[in-house]
Amino acid sequence: MDSFSPISALAGGLLIGLASALLWLGNGRIAGISGLFGRLLPAAAGSTVWRGTFLVSLIVGTLAASWLVPGLGVGGPAGHPASLVAAPAWTGVPTPVWIGIAGLLTGIGTRLGNGCTSGHGVCGLARLSLRSAVAVAVFFGVAIATVAITGIV
Amino acid sequence: MSSGLKLPYLATAAGSGLLFGAGLYVSQMVNPLKVLRFLDFGAIPRGGWDPSLAFVIAPAIIVMFVAVRLAGRRTAPLFASRFHLPQRTHIDAPLVIGAALFGLGWGMSGICPGPAIALVAFLPGNLWIFLVMLAVGSWIGRLLQQRSAAEPEPEPVAAE
Repeated sequence: MDSFSPISALAGGLLIGLASALLWLGNGRIAGISGLFGRLLPAAAGSTVWRGTFLVSLIVGTLAASWLVPGLGVGGPAGHPASLVAAPAWTGVPTPVWIGIAGLLTGIGTRLGNGCTSGHGVCGLARLSLRSAVAVAVFFGVAIATVAITGIV
Repeated sequence: MSSGLKLPYLATAAGSGLLFGAGLYVSQMVNPLKVLRFLDFGAIPRGGWDPSLAFVIAPAIIVMFVAVRLAGRRTAPLFASRFHLPQRTHIDAPLVIGAALFGLGWGMSGICPGPAIALVAFLPGNLWIFLVMLAVGSWIGRLLQQRSAAEPEPEPVAAE
């Protein structure tokens, strides 16, 4: 289930691209998930409803796809149970703490940097934004280095 | 702002969310280990590298690129008064530091914000810890941004 899967990757990428295109052409909004999530609760008067609608629909879309196209890998009735990764044993850090730190860093970082894989990676690069290109180079570079250093895989 | 725009606007948000969520499952970006196997460049010489993530992001960028070109011929999107372009355009320290912190979190977990939320569909253990800390981190990031930036954070304008 962890081997190269170009067909499902291309199909999934097309769906993500169509989702981003629809939100941009329909509502003039960037489908950046960190921004949608981060601005959901505090001080986003007037936009809470559509942000919440998008995020709930995203969860429903994942669930529905796992039933309509079962057994692609992880999730759904025919897939392997979804699981988060364990902390590398050598660190001695309990996995829940490791996951919590990762979530915290992701939250701070995507807010400070104004975007994540979707906002900078898909929408920003498609807009030919230099800012997004720099962000993508930095977060991919650091993530690749982190995997190499921690040996988490 | 007229209430007549509200239903198509929300339906578009819902349709986009559904497609996005389906894409995250179909591409298997909901599998943190698969994401990490892409980020594991050390596995390239060993033959164990999984390049799938590149095959996800490339078509997504191409489709969105076409949408951006189509939008460029219009003054406004279909169901709102204007396109909400990100207001920052210069490369600054918060961008680079933020991207680096995100890269660290992503490399530790294999989870970026989209899959984190999509995974609510499958509820793996410890996911709630990630989501709570993601919200806390976003809140801290907002405070840091407001404190350090000369320009205040541009608050999104309600478009409905």
